[in-house]
Amino acid sequence: MALLQIAEPGESTAPHEHRLAVGIDLGTTNSLVATVRSGMAVVLNDELGRSLLPSVVHYEAGGHVEVGYEAQAGQAVDPKNTVVSVKRFMGRGLKDIAHIEAMPYDFVEGEGQVRLRTAQGVKSPVEVSADILKALRQRAEAALGGQITGAVITVPAYFDDAQRQATKDAARLAGLNVLRLLNEPTAAAIAYGLDNAAEGIYAVYDLGGGTFDISILKLTKGVFQVLATGGDSALGGDDFDHRIFCWMIEEAKLAPVSPHDGRLLLTRAREAKEYLTSHSAAPITVKLGSGEYVDLKLTTEIFNDITRTLVQKTLQPTRKALRDAGLAPGEVKGVVMVGGATRMPQIQHAVAAYFGQEPLNNLDPDKVVALGAATQANLLAGNRVAGDDWLLLDVIPLSLGMETMGGLTEKVIPRNSTIPIARAQEFTTFKDGQTAMALHVVQGERELVSDCRSLARFELRGIPPMVAGAARIRVTFQVDADGLLSVTAREQTSGHEAKIEVKPSYGLTDDEIAAMLKDSYSHASDDAFRRALREAQVEAQRLIEAVQSALREDAQLLSTLERAHVDTCLAKLQAVMMGDDRRAIDVAMYALSKGTAEFAARRMNASVQKALSGKKLEELGQ
Amino acid sequence: MTSFDLSFAGKDHFALFGVPRAFAVDGTELERLYREVQARVHPDKHAHLGDAERRVAMQWATQVNEAYQTLRDPLRRARYLLQLAGHDPAIETNTAMPAEFLMAQMELREAVAAARAAADAAHLDDLHGRLRQEMAAQHEALRLTIDERHDYARAAEIVRQLMFQEKLMSDIDAALEAAEA
Ligand SMILES: Nc1ncnc2c1ncn2[C@@H]1O[C@H](COP(=O)(O)OP(=O)(O)OP(=O)(O)O)[C@@H](O)[C@H]1O
Ligand SMILES: [Mg+2]
Repeated sequence: MALLQIAEPGESTAPHEHRLAVGIDLGTTNSLVATVRSGMAVVLNDELGRSLLPSVVHYEAGGHVEVGYEAQAGQAVDPKNTVVSVKRFMGRGLKDIAHIEAMPYDFVEGEGQVRLRTAQGVKSPVEVSADILKALRQRAEAALGGQITGAVITVPAYFDDAQRQATKDAARLAGLNVLRLLNEPTAAAIAYGLDNAAEGIYAVYDLGGGTFDISILKLTKGVFQVLATGGDSALGGDDFDHRIFCWMIEEAKLAPVSPHDGRLLLTRAREAKEYLTSHSAAPITVKLGSGEYVDLKLTTEIFNDITRTLVQKTLQPTRKALRDAGLAPGEVKGVVMVGGATRMPQIQHAVAAYFGQEPLNNLDPDKVVALGAATQANLLAGNRVAGDDWLLLDVIPLSLGMETMGGLTEKVIPRNSTIPIARAQEFTTFKDGQTAMALHVVQGERELVSDCRSLARFELRGIPPMVAGAARIRVTFQVDADGLLSVTAREQTSGHEAKIEVKPSYGLTDDEIAAMLKDSYSHASDDAFRRALREAQVEAQRLIEAVQSALREDAQLLSTLERAHVDTCLAKLQAVMMGDDRRAIDVAMYALSKGTAEFAARRMNASVQKALSGKKLEELGQ
Repeated sequence: MTSFDLSFAGKDHFALFGVPRAFAVDGTELERLYREVQARVHPDKHAHLGDAERRVAMQWATQVNEAYQTLRDPLRRARYLLQLAGHDPAIETNTAMPAEFLMAQMELREAVAAARAAADAAHLDDLHGRLRQEMAAQHEALRLTIDERHDYARAAEIVRQLMFQEKLMSDIDAALEAAEA
């Protein structure tokens, strides 16, 4: 943390060591990890040279956890304990999940979020995802030879707050410091845009295994501006498999199938789907558990027929996103195709017909998201290099609002608003003498609260008694650059305030995460301890130098009293930093950071003001 | 947490981008300036700094987004100009509108309702286009009244009408969405 070192934007900062940062594409079907090495984004392979990690986790009865290809192999043998496509369950309750009946799991309805009973106990989707992330972290640390300081993890643009929070929890559980959750199509656009020096309006059409996203972006000289985004967080290649699965059951007149047979049929369905991408018919042969054989032939014609509505379902959000961006299909310069499911010819045709142009397929649809994420991670970790000076302006995918009388929603921030954003709205009391007000924050486009997703509830108390409608309660929504929402309510006449950081009520608590982490870290070695101590000492030295240099430059921004406090904190850190009490160093560092926060903020503000007036002068000179 | 005076040197949204305070705005130039300013203040451009600095950057970026969204939208821009001129458009209390305007709007509204009931997307598209033209004419009227005549009372009247038209526009959009679903 190079506190207080302010450089002009675009100028690189004092040389600092390269921080290991990765981008992770946590996919429904496949996951990948990438990093920036000598200025180039590269995917990190496993020891066998494979880049994809199938998003499959097998909880063996013996306590062993397998992730990836090994787990995939066990899929047909032990379907109940082998979790595939767990992303579809993230932040979701049982009632939200489609095709439950075709899944071999033993579901447990958990608090808000569904859970699975496995041979290793009940697992939440967050824990299963964390096992995938852990495997990727280990792969990256082995390849890079060091500890990762931060990760950018991609999520479907259309993920709501609960799904995002669940992803963040999974990352924390895997011991990853999340620099940002990045929208998948945006990540793809970054990789594509930087690679091709693209300028103009682009659409990213991303159909993966489980999710569909469409994003419309404007690319101009180093700025990636998302204009609109839309999608369906439960539509992907899996649904095409399921259509084939249903067709097979009907054609072969199969009675209810066992979990084993179900998994087998789904696997065959997927193989047939992929085969049809380059063939006009796919033979399907399945030997059921009973010994009975199913023999079928799926032609392109039938496949197109049974999946036509799915293809159409992707065009609906596409139209909506374009309308939100205020654009017609013809104004789009290029359509970037992302996700394995865009390989299907009927998708290629539908997209080409809608946009009136051949889509762009000149990049690897499997890797592009991870590569974009790695680029962003590198930037956010502070490894900025000259010429690598770009900015991303993203939007929120879903409207944010409040519940009002009669169970209706009042939108406060509309979907597709550029973040960071703050909006305030006034509400009032509806009963005489009312002294408290319940506030309910919701996300979604629908008019009825019951059709939207509930994000948080809180209460503003201490409103002075007045007649109905006289109180003025100002509710402010603030969404930061990470897309995280905080809501503040304030009664205007009395100044009473209530504030909440929105977190879905069933996200893991910090305590739960801490307990889970402790389990996995209980055997840190002496070596690791010494390394951590050494790192803390280096950080402390860096912090001290930064503060001293800031004091030399801008001491006038502090009052005598403030200055004295900073000096005390400095002296304390200097006193403990060479000792071997890691905790004491951390505490003193925290105190110094906190003691200089206000100073840092003032310097930053002055620096921005200066940068802006500098711009004005330049322009006058032109 | 301290809040800073983020209004650039005590100035307004126009001053933030260094454009003249007027209803007429060069949209392309405004967009270019927006990108340029955002590229200076955005927290991601200061990723190597500490939390306190990035929080300030975040406040600036929020302010820049707000300024840009206000200035690029004709209705919001007009309302903002009225506010700067100390003229309250009295949106809540003053709902009086010329009978002629109301008649025309009523007719359009009925046409939208009929097209919605019939799920006639093509007709809705037509109505969308028609309303868009009417609104463009209102924007031109705003430019005249604000920039040339400085007649804020008349501008406030147009603003109220435009709000009415925007509401209808969003109804058409919603109907279109439903018709396509
Ligand atoms: N040749 C092919 N033809 C048709 N479909 C294919 C082909 N190759 C892969 N797919 C499908 O692509 C999907 C996986 O795509 P991808 O790896 O992009 O998804 P993901 O990133 O894991 O999922 P998501 O982005 O939705 O979370 C699967 O449904 C797979 O069957
Ligand atoms: Mg994907």
